[in-house]
Amino acid sequence: MSDISAPLPRPHPLGYETIRFYGIWIAAAVVLVALPRIFSSGAALTTFSLIGISIIFAMSYNILLGQTGMLSFGHAVYYGLGGFLAIHGMNMLAASKAWIPLPLVPLIGGVAGLTFALLLGWVSTRRSGTVFAMISLGVAELVASSALILRSFFGGEAGITTNRTQLLHIFGWSFGPQIQIYYMVAGWTLLAVIAMYALTRTPWGRMCNAVRDNPERVQFVGYDPHVIRYMAFCFAGFFAGIAGGLSAINFEIANAAYLGAAQSGTALFAAYIGGIGFFIGPIVGAIFVTYLSLVLSDLTSVWQLYFGLIFICVVVFAPGGVAGLLMKHRPVVRAGMLLSLLKAYLVALVPTAAMLAGLVLGIEIIVRHTVNATEGPNINVFGIGLNSTNPTVWLLSVGLAVAGYALGRRTWAYVARAWDHAATIAREKGYLA
Amino acid sequence: MFELIIISTLNGVLFGMLLFLMASGLTVIFSMLGVLNFAHSSFYMLGAFFGFQLSRWVGFWPALVIGPALAGLLGAAVERFGLRNAHKNGHVAELLFTFGLAFAIEEVVQMIWGKSPVDYRVPVALDFPAFTVFSTNYPAYKMFMLVVSVAIFAVLLISVKRTRVGLIVQAALTHPHMVGHLGHNVGRIFMLVFGFGTALAAVAGVIAGPALITQSNMASLFGPILFVVVVVGGLGSLPGAFIASLLIGLLQTFAVSINGSLASVLGPLGPDHAFLSDIWNVTVAQIAPILPYVLMVLILIFRPMGLLGTRET
Amino acid sequence: MRKIVMTAVLAMAVPAMPLLGGTARAQDAVKIGVIDPLSGGGASVGEVNVKTFQFIVDELNAKGGILGKKLEIVPFDNKTNPQESLIQAQKAIDAGVRYLTQGNGSAVGGALSDFVTKYNDRNPGKEVLYFNFAAIDPILTNEKCSFWHFRWDANSDIKMAALTNYITDTPAVKKVYLINQDYSFGDSVRSGARAMLAKKRPDIQIVGDELHPLLKVTDFAPYIAKIKASGADSVITGNWGQDLTLLLKASADAGLKVNWYTYYAGAATGVPTAIKQTGLNHQVFQISEGPPNLGYAPADAFEKGLRAKYGVSLFLPRAVNEFRMLVAAAEKAKSIDPVKVAFALEGMEVDVYDGGKGFMRKDDHQFFQPLYISSFGERTDKEPFDEEKTGWGWKLVAKIDTDQTLVPTTCKMQRP
Repeated sequence: MSDISAPLPRPHPLGYETIRFYGIWIAAAVVLVALPRIFSSGAALTTFSLIGISIIFAMSYNILLGQTGMLSFGHAVYYGLGGFLAIHGMNMLAASKAWIPLPLVPLIGGVAGLTFALLLGWVSTRRSGTVFAMISLGVAELVASSALILRSFFGGEAGITTNRTQLLHIFGWSFGPQIQIYYMVAGWTLLAVIAMYALTRTPWGRMCNAVRDNPERVQFVGYDPHVIRYMAFCFAGFFAGIAGGLSAINFEIANAAYLGAAQSGTALFAAYIGGIGFFIGPIVGAIFVTYLSLVLSDLTSVWQLYFGLIFICVVVFAPGGVAGLLMKHRPVVRAGMLLSLLKAYLVALVPTAAMLAGLVLGIEIIVRHTVNATEGPNINVFGIGLNSTNPTVWLLSVGLAVAGYALGRRTWAYVARAWDHAATIAREKGYLA
Repeated sequence: MFELIIISTLNGVLFGMLLFLMASGLTVIFSMLGVLNFAHSSFYMLGAFFGFQLSRWVGFWPALVIGPALAGLLGAAVERFGLRNAHKNGHVAELLFTFGLAFAIEEVVQMIWGKSPVDYRVPVALDFPAFTVFSTNYPAYKMFMLVVSVAIFAVLLISVKRTRVGLIVQAALTHPHMVGHLGHNVGRIFMLVFGFGTALAAVAGVIAGPALITQSNMASLFGPILFVVVVVGGLGSLPGAFIASLLIGLLQTFAVSINGSLASVLGPLGPDHAFLSDIWNVTVAQIAPILPYVLMVLILIFRPMGLLGTRET
Repeated sequence: MRKIVMTAVLAMAVPAMPLLGGTARAQDAVKIGVIDPLSGGGASVGEVNVKTFQFIVDELNAKGGILGKKLEIVPFDNKTNPQESLIQAQKAIDAGVRYLTQGNGSAVGGALSDFVTKYNDRNPGKEVLYFNFAAIDPILTNEKCSFWHFRWDANSDIKMAALTNYITDTPAVKKVYLINQDYSFGDSVRSGARAMLAKKRPDIQIVGDELHPLLKVTDFAPYIAKIKASGADSVITGNWGQDLTLLLKASADAGLKVNWYTYYAGAATGVPTAIKQTGLNHQVFQISEGPPNLGYAPADAFEKGLRAKYGVSLFLPRAVNEFRMLVAAAEKAKSIDPVKVAFALEGMEVDVYDGGKGFMRKDDHQFFQPLYISSFGERTDKEPFDEEKTGWGWKLVAKIDTDQTLVPTTCKMQRP
């Protein structure tokens, strides 16, 4: 009954709604421009460029996984083929001195990804689910193996190199310095994300979600799920190709590792850890995973163990990913209950952090004894130098872990109660269903 | 020519049986529980290392029993405390859980046994040539592997199809609630099945470890091909996996002995067409190890249920 | 709700991780960035390499370091991936490293050489040098040579030249089978073998030429069957790692009696154990620049020290040459500036680790040194060192002097 008395939707959005809609993109553009002013070291610029490329790749993967429900193990094929064609394109453009500047080269990669997705997509997308996943795995292994055999195109194991400064210079930029590459990557990232967002707002985008949730009903409504999946596959291939092209420009080399299972794996991790149910999920995940993979191997020699454990924790405790976690707080924020929740979090933080610190210390001690026995007894954990043969240190690690867990359990119950309270208020106010 | 066929057949069968040994556990888990277990080859690796360490302490034969038992217990624990929690979050969550598990297991193995290969040897009782065919020796250890694979196949087939336990497990997969209503502890059934599958993987590790290399990166060597076996054989079908392993083993072995290429059949191509000449000159032997993937893609396109499969997912 | 808390805390723990690990870096030291795999498939080799370098550097520091400054090894993990190597190289440069060294994988080597050349071009005054100790694709000192790249390992053509010179004087070799990994290095081994054997011993019949996918084959029995069918008495292979181990195991299983001439039988952990397991006594040969048991006293002392401290054999005599020459070049140029050191290194002649003379050729920055053929098997009193506690060791079979290892180059080097 209340629907009848509800006002009709307005034909045009109000001023503030327009600003809110476009404002996010403008704010994002401002952040991208300002970022290198704040962090200007060479390593930071390289990291940002890599994160940008990873964002496009993870977002393209999410078109398949999050929006259309297709789990693919071979998405790196389109990324890699885009990269290879971009490299060949750059070499050809440089040789023929054509009037095409470097910022347009990722389009070559995108078109290459699109072409191969068009070719391979029809048979791959006939069925979804496990069959699709296995086909993508098989195709990926095939293409990656043939990369070593077809040496003239893929350059064998060494790959193909290029020189990005030899294309047409525009605005006096040669694209040699990393800062110029960063701006190019940032620009393309913004464009690609806007384009992918626009795609989700189209009727086709909605039907993708429908195919994910209930393909049989989609057929009743009159659409062919196969065609929709195929289109999703092609778009995903296009954007993956763009990411591959940017990567080729950044490293000035493309080789068989671009096509491999490890590369496909990073897209899956980034999308999942970020949260496949939300649009910004893969963005968050890409930032997290790229940063982690760059930083973690410097800090500890058993980074694979930490990576696996973090992964397991996210999968078991936060299946919605980081974005899912954050979005859970939205009704609570609107109901104004955030502060009480934050208080509970802070209380729980201390024992939980202690428990984690104890575990990490324990692992590092064991590692020093088993793996790096010749490096001497001093390890450096959280910036503090400690002697790993000292029994006090062992006791410290065990104590922290055990005490942290024991106290933590009570504080977690406290957090649960705070959440219940906040959720009740939010429900009363109508923000939570 | 005749010699080549006999030898290739023998080698193909032996290799295929090794594949089946490893894929039998995955068949059980994938077919029965529907879990795409990326950590399966990690359990295979654990089996090899357990076998190595135990055979150092108590000898090979006790290790053959104790090693898989340990791995099976570990697998059951993984199912009970980890996989079950991930299962409620969907298939992708389960899969990623096993991914993370594979990383963690590999690192732990590296921490304990190091990154270099370990000296895991064939037991002295089996270290002699069993017979000689056309002046090529076939070691007794490989015959032992063949016998164990066939035995495992027979035992699995009988227990799944003919015993009460197998019947209950099959029912629990398709109608877990009904089986629960009938009074069976479905959770425990899944835990036992997963543990059994990982124990099978560990048996493969204990046995294949001396024949291949026992090193902390051995999991990635066999990972993808096991999925090919299970998919080609068909989900839910043990005889399918057996036939698929044999098929892949024979395919790869025969392909290696064929030195033909398009160039040898249709004449050489000029060097101007660099890209085409790569394809033109590649021999069948060069692409032999990737033929199983070609087979998998073809099967998935034309017959998604696999050779003898009963369902698609 | 506990789960949310745990994950939130985990998310906070990650940015805190930058405080983990690491050790304080000595100021005013000359840093050498080692970019090698420290995790993943190549980790066993990378780990040994870092330990070896640390031992070499400790010895040099004890003798006064480089122009009075200490040398410092800074390892970077590249997971055997060329892109990752470039990222690590950038990190190394940001950390103040101006000498990069790497060896595992010619793909990585090529990418690094390219990167260093472009970086030096775009950043004059901040040049870095790239010392290559094991990436032996000949292309790096031929078509893709660079002034900033120096190679201390005899490239695959040089090794083949030395090997074929040895075979020229070995009449027992009549039928040769070539089996290699299907990638650029394997291809260079087989084409080098074919060309050089045709010239030096045209009577030798090449009865087989096999290329198999890299690190993918688990069952080498069919390949062994083919070798047997061909009637070969010798096999030349550039295989390394598991491809070599599994090949040798399969040959022992099948009872194949041939001589194996390899590049890498003694280059990494695991292969000697496999050879002992298979019982191929003095049938596996390797060509290298410094096997143990050569009887040269300073080398023996070094080997003993390394084994005592780290428990690993010296797989990289060329790395010893590399570091000693770096110190010598700095002393000659009286500076640690990479450009001056590079000019000092060109054409430098030194006494190599195992006695004998070697030199860094100016035209292509390739180091030439005496090479040795050795075979693995039961030891006598003359071979004090065994490998991996197997009891077997390397025995010298032939020495090929520096001037017999020379090969021409097509390098057209551009100097700054």
